[in-house]
Formats: sequence, C-alpha cells, structure tokens
Amino acid sequence: MAEFLQFLFSGLTVGAVYALVALGFTLVYNACDVVNFAQGEFVMLGGMTTVFLALAGVPLPLAALLAVVAAVAVGLMLYRLAIEPARGASAVTLIMITIGASVFLRGLAQTLFDKRFHSLPPWFGSEPIRVGGAAILPQSLVVLAGAAIIVVLLWQFIDRTLVGKAITATAANRLAARLVGINTRRIVALSFAVSAAIGAVAGILVTPITLTSYDAGTLLALKAFAAAMLGGMGSALGAVIGGVALGMLEAFSAGYLSSNYKDAIAFLVILAVLFAMPQGLLGRGKVDRV
Amino acid sequence: MIILEAEGLAITFGGIRAIDQVSLAVDGGQVFSIIGPNGAGKTTLLNLFSGLYRPLDGRVRLAGEDVTGQAPDRLARRGLSRTFQNLQIFFRMTALENVMVGHHRLERTGILADLLHLPAVRRQNAKTRQAAHAALARLGLAAQADRVASALPYGALKRLEIARALASEPQVLLLDEPAAGCNPVETKELEGIIRAIARDGVTVVLVEHDMRLVMNVSDRIHVLANGRTLAEGGAAEVRTNPDVVAAYLGIHGTQEATRAVG
Amino acid sequence: MPAILTHRLAVLVALAAIAVLLPLAFPSAYYYRVAALVFVFALAALGLNLLMGFAGQVSLGHAGFLGIGAYAVAIGPTHLGLPSWASLIGGAALSGLVAFLVGRPILRLKGHYLAVATLGFGILVAIVLTNESGWTGGPDGMPVPSLRIFGWRASGSVPWYWISAATFLVGAALAINLIDSPTGRAIRAIHDSETAAGVLGVDVARKKLAIFVISAVYASIAGSYLALFNGLVTPDTAGFLRSIELAAMVVLGGMGSILGALVGAAILVVLPQVLTVLHDYETLVLGLILMGFMIFLRAGIVPSLAGVLGGART
Repeated sequence: MAEFLQFLFSGLTVGAVYALVALGFTLVYNACDVVNFAQGEFVMLGGMTTVFLALAGVPLPLAALLAVVAAVAVGLMLYRLAIEPARGASAVTLIMITIGASVFLRGLAQTLFDKRFHSLPPWFGSEPIRVGGAAILPQSLVVLAGAAIIVVLLWQFIDRTLVGKAITATAANRLAARLVGINTRRIVALSFAVSAAIGAVAGILVTPITLTSYDAGTLLALKAFAAAMLGGMGSALGAVIGGVALGMLEAFSAGYLSSNYKDAIAFLVILAVLFAMPQGLLGRGKVDRV
Repeated sequence: MIILEAEGLAITFGGIRAIDQVSLAVDGGQVFSIIGPNGAGKTTLLNLFSGLYRPLDGRVRLAGEDVTGQAPDRLARRGLSRTFQNLQIFFRMTALENVMVGHHRLERTGILADLLHLPAVRRQNAKTRQAAHAALARLGLAAQADRVASALPYGALKRLEIARALASEPQVLLLDEPAAGCNPVETKELEGIIRAIARDGVTVVLVEHDMRLVMNVSDRIHVLANGRTLAEGGAAEVRTNPDVVAAYLGIHGTQEATRAVG
Repeated sequence: MPAILTHRLAVLVALAAIAVLLPLAFPSAYYYRVAALVFVFALAALGLNLLMGFAGQVSLGHAGFLGIGAYAVAIGPTHLGLPSWASLIGGAALSGLVAFLVGRPILRLKGHYLAVATLGFGILVAIVLTNESGWTGGPDGMPVPSLRIFGWRASGSVPWYWISAATFLVGAALAINLIDSPTGRAIRAIHDSETAAGVLGVDVARKKLAIFVISAVYASIAGSYLALFNGLVTPDTAGFLRSIELAAMVVLGGMGSILGALVGAAILVVLPQVLTVLHDYETLVLGLILMGFMIFLRAGIVPSLAGVLGGART
C-alpha cells in the first residue's frame, strides 16, 4: 500500500509536468496547426536559466521571473523568425523546423550554460511528508498545486476573457476569425508566449525534484506529445488527462516492472494510440474530402 | 452485358445519408451519365464505385463479380479507372511520366528486377513509354509530353488525367466533371474524346454539370438528388421529366438541354 | 532513349570520377578518414533520401537502423562467434525485418504523426541498446573487432575509404536504377498523390513498405561500416541527434537528389572537422542548418543549383 501511494504521487507529480507541457503543445497546435517540438526546451530553459541567474547572484524569485520572461521571449522569437516565415508549409516541414529549433536551443543551452545536472532549492524544504507509509516531497505538492492553478487560470482566461474567445475563434477557423477582425498573427504569437511561460514555470517548479540539464527538453517534448495524443490532439482537457495518465503509467510500470524502460513507455503509448484510437480519448476524427 | 452495377448502395457521413438506396446498371460500351444538383452525391457515388469509400449498405458489381469494399488498387487491376473532380495530378512529374504511371497495372517487373535494371525492365520502360505517348496523342497532348505537369494549364491537366486513366486500358472509365472549368471549345473537344473512347469499347460513366455535353454524348442518364435516384432514362426522357426539371434543370437548363439535341 | 541512358550513367560516372580522383588531393591519411566517413554517411543519407525525397515519407528515427547495423558487427563476433562479414549481412537482414514489422503499421500514418512515430522508434532502439548492457556494453558501448575477409584485415583509413566509396557507388547505382523503373515511378507518384496512385493500380502500402525496408538496409550497412571503421560503437549511433543529422543531410543536399545525399553528408561531416572551433557549437549549428533550410531553401542545395543553372534533373 505504501508502495502504491509512493508510485501514485510520483506519477501524479511527473504527470503534472507532462500535462503542462502537453497543454502548451495544444495551445499552439490549436492556434496554428503546428506541433511545436521545441515545447520541451521551454521547460529546460525555465529551470536552467533560473539556476544560472541564481548562481550569478540574482535573488531566486527574481531569477525565476526573469527565466520565465526569457522563455517567453524565446517563444516569440521562435514564432516570428521560424514559424511565421514558413506559413503554409507542409506539416512535416513545420515539425522539422521546430525540431531544428529544439536542437538549436539545446545546443545554445550547452554553450551558454554547461552539460551538467543542476538543481534548485525546494520551496518548503526537503523533509518528506509521510502519508500512509509513503514519503512525499513537499515540492511534489508544490508542483501539483502549481499545475492545478495554471490549468484553472488558463481555463478561465480562455473561457471568460475577450482575448481568450479570440483564441478559441482562431483555433476553430482562422480565416473566419480574421474576417471578424481578429488579428490572428497576434493570437498565434500569444499562444506561443503563453505556452512558453507555462513550460518555463513547469520547469522551475519541478527542477528541485528531477534536476535539469541542457538536454532535458527532448525526451520531455516527446512524452508530452504522447500525452497530448493520448488525450486527443487539440483538446486542452485531453492534454491534462493524457499528461496525468502518462505520468501514472510511467511511474507504475517503472515501479512494478522495469525502471530501465521507463522512458520507453511514452513511445509505446504513442504507437498504441496511433494504431488503436488515433483521435485519442477526447479528440474527434477528421474526414478527408477528395 | 452489364459491366458495372450498384445495388441498394448507401453511405452516411456524420449522420447524413449522402447516398440512400441507389441502384443502377451500366451496359458495356455505353456512355452512362450521372447528373444532379450540387451535393446530390455524384462524386460520392464515384468514390463508392472506385473503392475510395466503403458503403454502409448495398453491393457493387464489376463485370458480374461482387467488388463491394475492395481497395482502389484492386479495382484498378480489374480494369476500373477514373479521373478526379479536384485534379490529382502528379505535379512533380512530367506529363509523359504521369501517363506512364497510368500504365502501372500492366507493367510486369518486380522490385528486384527494377533495382538491378535487368533487360526486362529496359523493355518494360520502352513499352510503357510507347503506350504513354499513344495515350497523350489521343488527348492532343503529344507536344506536352516532356513538360512538368505543374507548368501545364488547367484544361491540359484535365485532359492529362483522362490520358493517364486511359493508359491503364480500363474496361470502365469514371470521369468526374471533366468539363469543369473548360470553355465551350474545350468542352466540344471533350465530346469528341468521350465518343472516341466509347467507340473503342470502353464503358464511360460520366458525372457532369454541362447539360449540352451530357445530352450529346450519353446513351443513358441517371439523375441523383439528395443522395437518392430521381429518374433514369434516355436523354429525351430525362430532359422532359417534370421532377428532374423542378429539382435540377430549371427552365434554363431544359432550354440548354433541348438546344443540345435540337 | 539514348539521352536518358547517358543521363543515368552520367551521374554514376561523375560520382565514380569523384571517388577515384579525390584521393589525389589528399596529403595525409586523415583526409582519407574524413572522406570515408562522408561516403558512409552518404550511403545512409541516400537510403533516407529514397524514403523522404522520392516516396515523400518521413523518418526521424533512421539512426535506429544505423545502430542495429553497428551493434550487429560488434555483438556478432563478440558474443555469437560470427565473422564480421556475416554479422554485417545479419545486421542488414535484421534491420530489414524490423523495418518490415514496424513499417507496416507506422506507414499508415501521415504528417506529424508519422514524424513523431519514427522519432519514437529511433529513441526506443537507442534505449534498448543502452539498457541491454549484457549484450551491448551499456552506455559506454563496446569495442568492434576489425573486418577480416579471407585473412586480410580491413583496417585503416585508406582501405575503408575505398570500401565505403565503392559501396556508395553501388548504392547509388541501385537507387538510380530504381528511379527509372516501374517501381520508381510508382513511388514518385505516391509522393504526389497517394489517392491517384492507388486508383491507378499501385499497391501504395506495399510500395511504401518496400522503400522503408530498402532505406533501412542502406542505413544498416552504413552503420556496420561506421562501427568496423571506428573499432568502437556506442548507443549514440542510434540516438536522436544522429537521426536528426541524417534528416538534415537529406534536407541540405536536396530531397530527391542522389548527388544531394553526397553533398549533404559531405557538408555535415566536413564542416565540424574543418572548423574545429565549431566543435562545441555542433548541435547549435545543426539546429540552425535544419531550420534555415526548411524555412528558406526547402528544395536543398543540389536541386536549387540545378534550377538556377537550368540544368538536368539528377
């Protein structure tokens, strides 16, 4: 029972991170049909930038804020310099551009920072809390709370603000949105900015637990993509559910089966979803007209 | 002899019955036209015939054999070929190469022979090239053979699709709005082309909006509206059928149709 | 038609001339080494080009096959007592089999789903190679015994230059043959319109699978050569960055261009060697190149140059 709880919590924690990254994917995908593979790098940048700014003497809260700002700037540059000029290109071209961006950012991190693992101090100390025999890190709760707050804020933003409605409209039909006066380019840029911010915050929250390094982004992006697909590409709720589900799947299989192949779970999930139910749990299928 | 037959075909898309209990029979060597208002389901019917869609209900028979639900490439190998309403040209290939692909079902070399470029492959390439040139010539495109398809004008591309479909030496040729976007001169040429194809023994199933073309070239006309059969018969019959006039032709269309054969 | 025949042979003759004449400019064994690596990667890039450039599919996990071939010539002699040449063939056969099994379901996918599925496959292979340390030596890899044929030991840059150049020429000849054939036309048609190809009698699924298997075999042989040449193999050979490098070579050189595979490989192998200061920035530059070309020069170098010169298609 203790073991079960342990896995449950670690699964929830890592699942929360996947959920946030998958949410970022979904935002951008809905706004402009691009699968932004560099999404994982925002998480990495959030953690790494905070670490290095702190090492340079910047007080931690400020360092974190600056890191988020930096990630948002990177996200906007990615959109303006890499995605916008390639507007209208095929899906494969676009994903290769974002993969190129992800590799570029990884290389940038390698040179600007270094190749080692880094950590951040946990927010409420590292003394584990005992629940039913399981040891839960306080930072886990921070991650879960943080993820929940972000999801709720985002949900309210999309649902209740005018800008949020503009985002929904752009996602539904870009041309129609433009025809009613929505500046779709700004909306898409906003979606990149928001997804970068979400990713960076996720990175800052989780670094005290999982550590971070220059190459943490790649695997994360793939897993978040698996989560988004599991939940149904294009569905925000699906992204959250998919992320948590994937995190749990990983934790439980690592715990009860083999921890070596933990990373393989995500890929098996991708393949399973693609073959069994390509539209995911909450997505809708598409019909091609000839 | 009935070469293509549909029996009680039905298909739904998201709750809408796009085709509802449609039955028809096409005799060998005929020019059989399917007409009807936009959204009637004409292209859907062709897609059902050519294996691109699987029917919910009903059967399709080709030369007497039940081919319901078979994949397009299997149907092609049985001698069914088609053109598309939205051009599906191989834009990166030349006109000649497009038509050479049309000849694919008659080519006899395997991948290993192709990799090694055995003499059989050389011979096949020559045969295919010859057949392709002949098909291009029939459609008046001989001069365009080595031009890349993306450089060709719309009218030429519509004819290229027909040439490509003919290169497979089909028993049955489905033409999906071949005259769409063509001017009267091109449409008249198309009439001649369709007649020539039929004369060679190929059965033509034509989906078309241009009434003059349809009336001039069809042996039999099937009228579709809202996914259901409205009427079927010879040109004169269909033209004067009050239901058809009301649903589709209107006064103007009837005048066009009359003028076509008048 | 004589014109096309000369055209087909012209490319091969040009490539052969390059391979034969190039060493005349080599002042030292180091150059042979770099050139050998270029031809090895060009072979893998060529296979990938058949899949991406001609058939219009995408594989961002192709280094997985590189890895299978590389580890085959390590595991075969070390753990199974097989001679290297037999292990090479075994590796190629295994890669072909894996491609066949994985390809059937995966190639039903399109666009970014296919891209991510192949990406996942490549990383899966790398994970297996890293974890099964009993067989593979784990993250640090394992040594690779040299290739021995009839008692002669293939070691050193000079023999490997000739081996890899010759193999690339054979690979190029096969690719050129394939393109000018019924299968080649069918595959190019699939790239432009799967629907139309199907309707004309092309068994689209089977053709895609065939090309996937062929490209996997090319990569496997290249991987085996890499391992035999270096005398060492690590899981990085099958890694994500390797796969991206291969894709970048194809994009850079030109999708659908045989010469392009060589050009792309040459640039991505030589550049870091020439600009040693670039070594720390390798990843960064790779990312920039991929982005830059996909945004601004999607056709790649060789087709773009050919277009500008109004010259012949390769």
